[in-house]
Amino acid sequence: MSLLEIKNLHVTVDGNEILKGIDLTVNAGEVHSIMGPNGSGKSTLAQVLARRDAYEVTKGSILFEGKDLLEMKPEEAACEGVFLAFQYPVEIPGIGNTYFLRSALNAQRKYRGEDEMDAMDFLPMFREKLKLLEMDDKLMNRSLNEGFSGGEKKRNEILQMAVLEPKLAILDETDSGLDIDALRIVAGGVNSLRSPERAMLVVTHYQRLLNYIVPDFVHVLVDGRIVRSGGKELALELEERGYSWTEHEPAGARA
Amino acid sequence: MRETALATAADTGSWLENWLENFTEFAKVAPGKNSPWLKRLREDAFARFCEVGFPTTHDEDWRFTNVSAIARTEFRPATTTKLAPGDTTAWRVDDVAASLVFVNGRFDRELSKLENLPKGVTVASLRDRIESQPEEVEKHLGRYADTQRDPFVALNTAFIGDGAYVYVARGVVLEAPIYLLYLSTREVAATMTHPRNLVVVEDESQVAVIEDYASVGGESVVFSNAVTELVAGESAVAQHYLIEREHLKAFNVSTLRIQQGRSANVASHSLLLGGGLVRNNVHPVLAGDGGECLINGLFLGTGRQHLDNYMHVEHAAPHCGSRQFYNGILDGQAHGVFHGRIVVHKVAQKTDAKQTNRNLLLSDDAQIDTKPQLEIYADDVKCTHGATIGQIEENALFYLQSRGISEVEARKLLLMAFAEECVERMQSTMARAYMQRLIGEHLLFTEGIAPQSGTLGA
Repeated sequence: MSLLEIKNLHVTVDGNEILKGIDLTVNAGEVHSIMGPNGSGKSTLAQVLARRDAYEVTKGSILFEGKDLLEMKPEEAACEGVFLAFQYPVEIPGIGNTYFLRSALNAQRKYRGEDEMDAMDFLPMFREKLKLLEMDDKLMNRSLNEGFSGGEKKRNEILQMAVLEPKLAILDETDSGLDIDALRIVAGGVNSLRSPERAMLVVTHYQRLLNYIVPDFVHVLVDGRIVRSGGKELALELEERGYSWTEHEPAGARA
Repeated sequence: MRETALATAADTGSWLENWLENFTEFAKVAPGKNSPWLKRLREDAFARFCEVGFPTTHDEDWRFTNVSAIARTEFRPATTTKLAPGDTTAWRVDDVAASLVFVNGRFDRELSKLENLPKGVTVASLRDRIESQPEEVEKHLGRYADTQRDPFVALNTAFIGDGAYVYVARGVVLEAPIYLLYLSTREVAATMTHPRNLVVVEDESQVAVIEDYASVGGESVVFSNAVTELVAGESAVAQHYLIEREHLKAFNVSTLRIQQGRSANVASHSLLLGGGLVRNNVHPVLAGDGGECLINGLFLGTGRQHLDNYMHVEHAAPHCGSRQFYNGILDGQAHGVFHGRIVVHKVAQKTDAKQTNRNLLLSDDAQIDTKPQLEIYADDVKCTHGATIGQIEENALFYLQSRGISEVEARKLLLMAFAEECVERMQSTMARAYMQRLIGEHLLFTEGIAPQSGTLGA
């Protein structure tokens, strides 16, 4: 059984069809990259997988470990092991970072029938992960993402991922707005989480991130359809030639 | 002249008869009934009340709050009731310097704790103090709360009987708060109490007072009409906390009148959770140079609750600062009001006054009226005001859910966070923890955090 199986997925937002029949299979241990121009539907796919209800699925199915993902609420998908690193992480004044993360972890543990973690157990683990992302623990005493720089917000997303240890991590344009140092740190964090049990879906506009997070598969999404799939070399080709050719040349012509 | 006013009052009509009867009965047994000054204070106040009656929505200060339900009810004085110590365990608080319990408006010594107060601090029932030290009380009582402007203050003043008396001598610092609990019991008739509190903080001293209004033993129509006069001397530091959590049949009108001396620093914190019809008046007068005043509040309404916050900040001296922050969360058909009046007198140059009112509406039928009112007679001042009305942010809700937190829990977290903005401004650790607990418990019963309520997060 595949970890994630998307079949003929059609998605509409405010009456406009954004995804027009997506087929994608992801197995545990694999890293897939979804590339494509702006407005092609990359983020929509990421948000649908995280179960945002503003998106209406009109056709198709998504199975996660054989279970119907489309039947799940966002928190259920999360507890089943789906994690979305947001393109635009939300600032929430009044909710502390550490408190939030421990609440989230415990909600997931409870769902899986595990004991909740008290502060004594949580903190040593948490400090390890902070080190991994080279984050100042002073940030963690602040409200969730409040007053964080763009880079700090993205690192905080990966930190959350490191703590929650999902089965499927979806990175939505995690590279956008990062300088090269921040990019290295973020990619380092992501790479340390690669494992045979975990799959990743790296959504990006640019090839740059894929120098650091090397994918097993690359898919090109244009106008709501996957027009081409290949190995990591496809990303390099896209970098060189842009996206427009993928729509005109027959798929697989250069593979 | 007074007699004439009372006589006229008697002729004016039937709605006054009940009040006249109540007042006549009360005057026979009132503490200090033979003190000419107190007698006069009460009678003048009653005459004023008879003259103007209850306000209507035609009155600008009462535009959003209809008190006709209070006006048409024939209230009787609440009966003197004895509670067993076991009945009040739910309200037991730790980490306070003293606690005073009032049952149906009457001080209950057995339920109260007044021991071990530091030298220079006097905490007593106002009734006792009127009897034992009338000249001390006379110096301040009724000198600040305005019976001319507000009929409810006039009514309270007419019925001054009991309440808390707090006196902190010059230079004495009391860090732990003084806790005042006002319990109303279930009664057969519609009953009223008029708690009257006097807090005097002398120069360079410090105190914190918590007033907590609650009900015990089931619902009946009760009317609490409280007035607190807080006098802060030069460089005095005072915090006042108000908690309203009576049942939904309760009418609660409370007025906090603050008189600030030079460089005094006073904070008023309010938390409105209960009561069917609530009016929360806060009226500081910054009367000495360099005074600072913080007015901070949170109101949470559900069902058909009506919660009205009327702020009236008076800058009467130069170089003073005032900051108002009120947050409202309204669900069901609740109606909230924030009226933020700032008056800057001609002498009050270099005034820095700020006002912010933020509201969350959790249902289609919840309503908020927010109104700034700036009257500035000085020419070198800084006054800002702002109000926002919104819903729970869908983005934030999804973000929390996407990490595994349930929708109900996520809503609760977001509401707690919104409430926390107000709690964080409270200086006393004990008060902060206490308020957090009350808010947390209250939110468990708020409909708006349940997914089926309203149009949230759609």
